[in-house]
Amino acid sequence: MASAATVAASGVASKARAQQAEVPAGAKIGIPAGETSSVSFKVNGQDQTLSVDNRTTLLDALREHLHLTGTKKGCDHGQCGACTVMVDGRRINSCLSLAIMHEGDEVVTIEGLGEPGKLHPMQAAFVKHDGYQCGYCTPGQICSSVAVLEEIKAGMPSHVTGDLTAKVAFSLEEIRERMSGNLCRCGAYSNIVDAIADVAGRPA
Amino acid sequence: MKSFTYERATSVEAATKAAAAHDAARFIAGGTNLLDLMKLEIETPTHLIDVNTLGLDTIEATSEGGLRIGALVRNSDLAADERVRRDYGLLSRALLAGASGQLRNKATTAGNLLQRTRCPYFYDTNQPCNKRQPGSGCSAIDGFSRQLGIVGISSSCIATHPSDMAIAMRVLDAVVETVGSDGAKRSIPIADFHRLPGDTPHIETELKKGEIITAVVLPKPIGGKQIYRKVRDRASYAFALISVGAVIQPDGTGRVAVGGVAHKPWRLDAADEDLPSGAGRVTRRLLLDAQPTEHNAYKVKLVERTLGAVLAEAKG
Repeated sequence: MASAATVAASGVASKARAQQAEVPAGAKIGIPAGETSSVSFKVNGQDQTLSVDNRTTLLDALREHLHLTGTKKGCDHGQCGACTVMVDGRRINSCLSLAIMHEGDEVVTIEGLGEPGKLHPMQAAFVKHDGYQCGYCTPGQICSSVAVLEEIKAGMPSHVTGDLTAKVAFSLEEIRERMSGNLCRCGAYSNIVDAIADVAGRPA
Repeated sequence: MKSFTYERATSVEAATKAAAAHDAARFIAGGTNLLDLMKLEIETPTHLIDVNTLGLDTIEATSEGGLRIGALVRNSDLAADERVRRDYGLLSRALLAGASGQLRNKATTAGNLLQRTRCPYFYDTNQPCNKRQPGSGCSAIDGFSRQLGIVGISSSCIATHPSDMAIAMRVLDAVVETVGSDGAKRSIPIADFHRLPGDTPHIETELKKGEIITAVVLPKPIGGKQIYRKVRDRASYAFALISVGAVIQPDGTGRVAVGGVAHKPWRLDAADEDLPSGAGRVTRRLLLDAQPTEHNAYKVKLVERTLGAVLAEAKG
């Protein structure tokens, strides 16, 4: 089922790419010269060079230009976290960042973390703990979760860290606070926390 | 979003010159507030100057024993810096109380100071707003004003400054360093940096056209118990209804600033002097000229109670 969907989606993507090649970016919708720019960055290990309208967010570049539709558009205003990706190892809201501001950056999306048959441990834990219902916020939740564990490991404090000068320790309270930028309208929060705790090697 | 031209700044000088040369240019760093407002066409710059290429992202010790924080130091890095955690705990606490992990990874020190109000009428382009469209009127004064300002307000605007970080900077007497489009450097005390709304609420800071923030300097550490208490509608990831930032010394003297009540971090010398006398007296001093609306009158009591909790925590 999943693989059939993947095949179908990639068929659409290659057709879209072929169409895009025939028309220079911007020309189709009459964007004035000087209001498009070229940008090169790496996405999931692959070099990409795009010519985009300056207004294109990193999120839209990933979804509409590179057809990496795993990253989701929720609120498009930095309030929901569905668009979370990693840039140079740090999680950000890709909706609140212009694609052209990422020259030379390394972007990792949910597709870059793992894929069917070769899941990232966090993806596997979300499946095991049923950390979703509709699944729309899940790619953002998973990218954020992976970054959260790295932030704790790197000793970055949070709002609920008791002693700012002591070593930051993993706790469920820390997870809940650090994940507050990722909303789940289905309310799968408790299972999401279980999944993250599992990967962190701690019983939920 | 309106279309715009874009350049990557090659130097501070080039950035300020470019900003002065365009009618409607904006510097962009983290972009977390500016892009949000551009999508809503509340901000409509015709030219963006990307300043992320300027460096300005280090935290250095000053010869006076303080810290010089580069304008582009990200909120998450500033909050996690060992020296800040040890000597300026109030600043770490305030930063960590704001936004989300994703936003703090992008948001910068200078951008945080320059973020715009979260007044719902500023965001609603169908409503008059003197800050968004000078002279159009204020919808908030007779509107839904629960989140809005109670002190230092005017008949033109009752918006609040939304920053948590700025409250800590105000308590710590930070100084904002800038470079103007003529190359002149200025050091602006944080107390003077943000303006009250008066009849020009669209002018929010003392920055001139083309002027850029290069750093924020903290004086040498002052010790004491450093506490930031934020009261909001959710436990995390929400703007303050009110917040209290304080540094309290063992003898009960100290400094206090309040957020969520005014167009700038709200701190008064006379209120600082009253700290040993307790929360009631300090709050009366701080909010002496308060003119709350029916919807936000609760903030007066909330400031007193939150400050009471902060002073109790400082003693314990």
